[in-house]
Amino acid sequence: MTLAVASEVGKGKVPGLFDIDGTAGLPGPAPALVPTRLRAVHVGAGLAFLLGAAIASLLIGPADLAPGAVLGEIASKLPILHVHSSLSATGAVIIWQLRMPRLVLGALVGAMLAVAGASYQGVFSNPLADPYLLGVASGAGLGATIAIVDRSDLGHLPVDPLPLAAFAGAVLAVAATFALGRSRGTERSPASLVLAGVAVAAFFTAVQTFLQQQHTPSLAVVYSWILGGLSTAGWGQVELVLPYVGAAVVVLVACRRLLDLLNVGDEEATSLGLRAERARLVIIVAATLGTAAAVAVSGLIGFVGIIVPHTIRLIAGPSYRRIIPLSLLFGAGFLVLADVLARTVLSPEEIPLGVVTAFLGAPFFLVVLRQARRLG
Amino acid sequence: MLEIERVTVMLRGVTVVSGVTARVESGGWLGVIGPNGAGKSTLARAVLGLVAYRGHVRIAGREYALADRRARARAVAYVPQRPVLPRSMSVTDYVLLGRWAHHSYLGAETARDRRVAAAVLERLQLGQFGGRPLGELSGGEAQRAVLARALVQEAPVLVMDEPTTSLDLGHSQLVLELADELRREKGLCVLCAIHDLTLAAQYSERLLVLSQGEAAETGSPADVLTEANVRRFFGAEVHVLPGLSGPVVSPVRRRGTLPMGRTYHGPAPVAVESEVRAQ
Repeated sequence: MTLAVASEVGKGKVPGLFDIDGTAGLPGPAPALVPTRLRAVHVGAGLAFLLGAAIASLLIGPADLAPGAVLGEIASKLPILHVHSSLSATGAVIIWQLRMPRLVLGALVGAMLAVAGASYQGVFSNPLADPYLLGVASGAGLGATIAIVDRSDLGHLPVDPLPLAAFAGAVLAVAATFALGRSRGTERSPASLVLAGVAVAAFFTAVQTFLQQQHTPSLAVVYSWILGGLSTAGWGQVELVLPYVGAAVVVLVACRRLLDLLNVGDEEATSLGLRAERARLVIIVAATLGTAAAVAVSGLIGFVGIIVPHTIRLIAGPSYRRIIPLSLLFGAGFLVLADVLARTVLSPEEIPLGVVTAFLGAPFFLVVLRQARRLG
Repeated sequence: MLEIERVTVMLRGVTVVSGVTARVESGGWLGVIGPNGAGKSTLARAVLGLVAYRGHVRIAGREYALADRRARARAVAYVPQRPVLPRSMSVTDYVLLGRWAHHSYLGAETARDRRVAAAVLERLQLGQFGGRPLGELSGGEAQRAVLARALVQEAPVLVMDEPTTSLDLGHSQLVLELADELRREKGLCVLCAIHDLTLAAQYSERLLVLSQGEAAETGSPADVLTEANVRRFFGAEVHVLPGLSGPVVSPVRRRGTLPMGRTYHGPAPVAVESEVRAQ
């Protein structure tokens, strides 16, 4: 390795140190540099997966609708195709008022949980961080439990109080986590936030369990909510979560490069020009609010926020420029598919969606992990 | 040009750097030496704006607010003592992080960013490592990747905090040699905190000795690195030999020089106290 002796001692050329417009005296043409980019093949696979899951979700259900008629009904609503639907009026109602909102809600919740999980893993530099890390689940659980046990008192309200109570509980729990995490010493670290989250979750769960014991008749309802599901999905719930989930996902996708930068730690990210603590806060708030909204309508659906980002990481590499957008697509498709299974395996009974995601996701993840090890 | 004027840093109520004034011309190299806990790293971090400080840090005559992170990242680049190297991140992605303050806040790097990074990688003989994950690099290669990330910032000031800590002699020399070449070629101001006094003497144009946070001595390596000064600031017995490109500091075996029956405790009062300060 030779090091040429520099002939020119600094002449005060300051800006554009490596302005290589013919001045840097490079030995040859600069080699092609390949930064990590979102690859079309990955996005295509994600879209195909989501589309396949969506079609399965529309075609499969307890009412026996002919697949051709269902697809014709969908096509008839598309402005350019001019197809006439052969579906009966009842069939059309089943598609547009039952299966379609359920599909859309499942996709929104799945996308949100997967993107939030990936973001938490980046922000906390912890591969096991999930969207429920900061107390969202226990807060939503307490809110939902209160709404369920007090349903008789709240029955006169024009809207279903359950999602609102769950959302309020989730936001309250996370606010408590932030307040406690901040008061612990002067320096706020991700670790102190996580510890505060554990304490808050324990407290909220205790209150919730106490309430449950006092109201044993509603125990089954509370449990079925906690295990998660989309069986009551309607357009009203889609409207309820769309603003939160939409805004959160847009913010998190926009911040995907900042997550890569945060990889090198706060101090170095700061020296590279990022106000690391502020970026971290924006990402945590977006992920948490979106998750709270998702949980409010779907209950606690576990594993999506861990399994989807990690599977993507194993396939597409460690860069959040890929992980975040792909988590969006695959998370949406994954939850839609899981919901299809939830309502068909024991049809006409439904299995809780949270049970399906765990049952389906964990073995799948193990297979991917083994595969990646063999290749790596 | 880098000007440090009466910079004082308090960490948790303890003064770690106290009224330090120094100046590095374009193309100059200031070595910062001193015992453990003397405030070398903290001074470096103040120049980078990573800690709050009193006093002034001017780069090419301009002062940067602590909050103005992006402008500062275009003015000062950093080679940390213990860089965080995400194992699975590729060298290319890692080096391009250094361009972040140059492109839009949420956007992708531009063609120019990629060309600068390619030029730096080539210059540091890392061209063929671009696609390699950081976890697969040797210590010397990784340290060059860290230097590359700092250089693509195209900042006029380069701050290095113990850039040779974990490297063998050959790789230490290579990293310092590269930085030295570039500062001559490009007119970089280098501020380099470094433990090894001989390496400090070989590469620095001027040396600043920090002792308990204060600037105790400053001057050319030959003036500063005397046997008396090394004894005074480091509690070490050395011979200082005249080298071709600066003094060579050679430690002397001192067992026989201690009074019989007593254990030597080193420069205990200074070192212990200043390590507490560094907390």
